[in-house]
Amino acid sequence: MVDHHTHPASSGSGHPPAIELREISKTFGTVRANKAISMAIGKGAIHGIVGENGAGKSTLMNILYGLHRADSGDILIDGQITPIHSSADAIRAGIGMVHQHFMLVPNFTVLENVMLGSEGSPMLKPGVGETRALLKTLGEEFDMHVDPDALIEDLPVGLQQRVEIIKAVKGGARILILDEPTGVLTPGEAESLFKILRRMKQDGVTVILITHKLSEIMAITDTVTVIRGGEVVGHRKTADTNPEELAELMVGRKVLLRVDRGAARPGAVLLEADGLECHAADGRPLLHDIDFQIRAGEILGIAGVAGNGQTELLEVLSGLRPVDKGRLVVMNRTVTRQSRTDPEQMRQAHVGHIPEDRHRHGLVLAFEARENAVLGFHKSSVTGEGALIDQQAMTAHCLDLMREFDVRPPNPNLSGRNFSGGNQQKLVIAREIDKRPRVLIVGQPTRGVDIGAIEFIHKQLIRLRDEGCAILLVSVELEEILGLSDRIMVMNAGRQVGIVPCEEADEQTLGLMMAGIRGSDAA
Amino acid sequence: MTAPPPLPKWADLFVLPVINLLVAFFICGLIILALGENPISALVVMVKGAFVYPGSLGYTLYYTTNFIFTALAVAIAFHAMMFNIGGEGQAALGGLGGGLVCLWLAPSLPAGIVLPLAILGAAAFGAAWGVVPGYLQARRGSHIVITTIMFNFIAASLMVWLLGGPLLQQGQQSPQTEAFEPAGQMPKMHDLLGGLGIETTSSPLNLSFVLALLVLVGFWVLIWRTRLGYEIRTVGHNPDAAHYAGINVPRTIIVAMAIAGGLAGLMSINELQGVQHRVILDFTAGYGFTGIAVALMGRNHPIGIFLASLLFGALYQGGSELDFEFQSITRDMVLLIQGMIILFSGALAYMFNPPLARFIARVAAKRLEARHV
Repeated sequence: MVDHHTHPASSGSGHPPAIELREISKTFGTVRANKAISMAIGKGAIHGIVGENGAGKSTLMNILYGLHRADSGDILIDGQITPIHSSADAIRAGIGMVHQHFMLVPNFTVLENVMLGSEGSPMLKPGVGETRALLKTLGEEFDMHVDPDALIEDLPVGLQQRVEIIKAVKGGARILILDEPTGVLTPGEAESLFKILRRMKQDGVTVILITHKLSEIMAITDTVTVIRGGEVVGHRKTADTNPEELAELMVGRKVLLRVDRGAARPGAVLLEADGLECHAADGRPLLHDIDFQIRAGEILGIAGVAGNGQTELLEVLSGLRPVDKGRLVVMNRTVTRQSRTDPEQMRQAHVGHIPEDRHRHGLVLAFEARENAVLGFHKSSVTGEGALIDQQAMTAHCLDLMREFDVRPPNPNLSGRNFSGGNQQKLVIAREIDKRPRVLIVGQPTRGVDIGAIEFIHKQLIRLRDEGCAILLVSVELEEILGLSDRIMVMNAGRQVGIVPCEEADEQTLGLMMAGIRGSDAA
Repeated sequence: MTAPPPLPKWADLFVLPVINLLVAFFICGLIILALGENPISALVVMVKGAFVYPGSLGYTLYYTTNFIFTALAVAIAFHAMMFNIGGEGQAALGGLGGGLVCLWLAPSLPAGIVLPLAILGAAAFGAAWGVVPGYLQARRGSHIVITTIMFNFIAASLMVWLLGGPLLQQGQQSPQTEAFEPAGQMPKMHDLLGGLGIETTSSPLNLSFVLALLVLVGFWVLIWRTRLGYEIRTVGHNPDAAHYAGINVPRTIIVAMAIAGGLAGLMSINELQGVQHRVILDFTAGYGFTGIAVALMGRNHPIGIFLASLLFGALYQGGSELDFEFQSITRDMVLLIQGMIILFSGALAYMFNPPLARFIARVAAKRLEARHV
């Protein structure tokens, strides 16, 4: 399967590649993050780099951008060996980078953010003029217009990312690195990003796209490199490969990309929201008039661009946030503004919660795995019956979960932060599913999780559904929503745009609904 | 600049503190050298003064007792991620609580009843002084560092008023209460040991030291073995996750601050019931503040705190010997050494972390390679 020797065709016609990596190696302590990685990317190509978490993609890009220094190996720009020891070197060599997490000052305007670092003189006035002109030219050249005087915090994520791209190319970068750029975008925003990238490609800009979404690799790249365990396991021309082959290269075994599930057999209504509303501290509505029912044995998927009320919905359903108006019926318990609830009561009512952000809510990273395995259940019998926490019971419980859910390494004493994202998530899911919840609230179950673990997690959710659990699933991954849900509710700006049965849903209609256009208008 | 590899746990717990300590002592040695004295002989005098001379060990352990209580008061709050600067005030109030019990009950009841009640009184008054800032932080968002500092001043003023007024001993000019009756006095260790047939030199060391050791064990059980300790640590490491887990975060903070205040309050038992046998002004003498450094150095763990308390106790006792033995060294040298230790173990605790981590990683990598060859 591993083919080290297929070197990618460089531009062929005698031009040196725009960028070439030769035998790049990097070791952190005892971990060999990159092992003799080589690749060549032609001028004006869009090149994808895929690999699981921890495969070494980010390390490689950080070396290329001068944030890490390689132990050995060379970087060639346009055929010339170019030492890159700092991000300043990288920028000088014409490399720009758009990070996964934006590096913008939220209360600055677009113009101020773009100008940052290149003000030019002690007085700002000349720099402001130049930057304004630059924004205009770039806007026309690449068809990416942004209002220079808008505050970053007022802009949608797609436009914020555009500002990041402008920052990356403002100094005339000819090589643009994008790290997981579509994670926060709507399908529509992602499409306009791709339009910009194609435009740049025509202009001769070389684009390196790091992503875990194979559909994007297929949609936009010309060539792709797969990395596993710090090594290149394959170079492919995108036209000559398919997602199944790439997934197999990434994981090292055959992976089922489609979720295998039978039809739902819905039972009694276990969870019902009726005119549910909640407000921010300043009275701004966060959730407005939410109505849905979930029956035993079915999955209701919530689709929407991140930040349209899904987080608040999860918080209300799990008792983290009070209901401000309307009511929530969990089995036979009614929760309203008056009859408040808290996470402990919801848990006692057999509502499991796999939180959206496992680092913020799901785990205490400093705790050992066995302590994390009882989070939320530390007063229940899993920690023994006595006054003190029964250490042996806690360890045994953790080992059981680890065995059943294949958490690696199966070491109950390892602290939470030393597990990979996928294994952290498996531990959280194991903890919640183990208690046989009647209702399960799930947020982003596979965010930052490897393909192999995604397959496993999806199977577990389907199994739980088939056992009669009512599941509410929030995910920004449309594929996941489409693959798992029996019905899909689309949210926009804290409202529900509509609920559609899975058979009638496709990416296009959902995309329109996510933008706030109702199903009837879209049809 | 790339981040250094993580430091192994054993190095973090043992190697790093020892390096910090050695650097602090080395710089103090240079200063002593600059004063024209021999640093080695100064060190010998200090060690002898702290452990070897007759009665010196008793004094060292007596100081150690104070540090154990005030450091634990900082440590428990720290496990809930609260910075308790209020040990000084909590200890003062503890002295008031324990003192009132002794003044009221010692004339009529036996020590077996008065002393446990005095301990409870000291803990309760200290706890009350910790609960108020805890409440203000947990429910009202007032920063605990600010409020605990302010509560130190309030406690000091309150004590001045009480000891100079309502509680002032009849016919006395200095601000202090009546002496406690014998039933309100902690037995001295040399008396207890004498009763067992072990002869020791007289020193202020009293039964409070044993209390401190018991509290150290209790602290460990509380933090690492009880559900409350689990909740406190969860709140400290990740309040969001604690909320998610159904833990009442504000209540846990308040409870942790109550325990912190109670622990600081117990320090007064060693000073007042143990030695002074009356409530006097300013008996806390900065132990509440030094406790912060001790807790930092002891990494908020009972074993670390015991060792750090012993070190500071030895410094207090051994340092005063320096004053006797050397003409050019005064008692202020103790402050200097303490300051250096606090500087290197507290403020600069992680200064040697990156080089040490790189060194250990390099050695580990070499070994790994050697095994592969």
